[in-house]
Amino acid sequence: MARRDRPLSPHLQVYRFQLHMAMSIFHRATGVALSVGALFLTWWLVAAATGPVYFEQVQGYIATPVGRLFLFGFSFALFYHMLNGIRHLNWDMGRGYAKEKFKRSGQMVIILAVVLTLAVWAWAYRALGLM
Amino acid sequence: MAEFSLPQNSKVQKGKTFNAPEGAKNVRKFHVYRWNEDDGKNPQMDTYEVDMDDCGPMVLDALIKIKNEIDPTLTFRRSCREGVCGSCAMNIDGTNTLACTKACDEVSSNEVAINPLPHMGVVKDLVVDMSHFYAQYASIEPWMKTKTPTPSGKERLQSREDREKLDGLYECILCACCSTSCPSYWWNSDKYLGPAMLLQSYRWLIDSRDEFTGERLDELQDPFRLYRCHTILNCTSACPKGLNPGEAIGEIKKMMLEREI
Repeated sequence: MARRDRPLSPHLQVYRFQLHMAMSIFHRATGVALSVGALFLTWWLVAAATGPVYFEQVQGYIATPVGRLFLFGFSFALFYHMLNGIRHLNWDMGRGYAKEKFKRSGQMVIILAVVLTLAVWAWAYRALGLM
Repeated sequence: MAEFSLPQNSKVQKGKTFNAPEGAKNVRKFHVYRWNEDDGKNPQMDTYEVDMDDCGPMVLDALIKIKNEIDPTLTFRRSCREGVCGSCAMNIDGTNTLACTKACDEVSSNEVAINPLPHMGVVKDLVVDMSHFYAQYASIEPWMKTKTPTPSGKERLQSREDREKLDGLYECILCACCSTSCPSYWWNSDKYLGPAMLLQSYRWLIDSRDEFTGERLDELQDPFRLYRCHTILNCTSACPKGLNPGEAIGEIKKMMLEREI
């Protein structure tokens, strides 16, 4: 009888999604998001260089709820990627590999990223007199 | 390259259910991956209801009970039943571990899902093809290599401190729980060595008696073999011996850097 091709055992389909694994893929996702965000940032700078009329228009786009949501996501991605990047640098120095340690550092990154994002927005809203 | 879904012939289907015997009070369901070369079917998940009042505490005990009393066609590897041989490595309840050291009570729900080690060729049921894994092991030349002649009539001595550097490395039993838990290894096992082999590499790199440290590092100097590690740390989370392959890989990366400075 001809030998049948062996099946590939299930991987992503069955592997338990754990915090460290989710944070790793989210690090990559935020990296991609930041690259896209950098294009928008460039657009904003180009608008500023083009002249006050166009700049006002672009500012208007950003001020819409959708624009703000994008900006909020961008700022969170920035903080998450930066803090998790520090976590990676720490690993590259040979530290923080114990199971309890990388679990705790992961939780800290998430908490700090949320806190810093909210703090920046609170500061910005206060500065603009919206809060 | 990363292929997130399973090939057509590997998609898992619903299988048979073997009900618990009449009067069993403490029943647990074991969903077990089944595939064999002969019946021409896709893999399927069979469900076995096991009376836990009449079964040992470990997942391996349950598998052996199933094979002995319910379905003798169920195939899996096992030998020492005490976490020393590494034969019964499999994916239990979503993470890789040894069936012999994983207690059924440690499983989060009353139903226990058992799959073969992830992203491997299946030979039969829970038995996967380990030949590539072993070939990679051979490729790192896991033996002491020296240039200087052996001191006549003596062993090569090692200080207490140097010997201690091997702790946490020599205990590896090559069960492949770590490597097959690693997404980088899933997508690139043809070129990336994976956590088990890198921990083994480090075991020889850090051995004070080995005199081929530089050559060993040269062998790892390419975009894949070592550097496909992205510190996901599934390896360290999975290791049933409590070792830290992630840390060993970090140490190799440091050695690579240090010799460049």
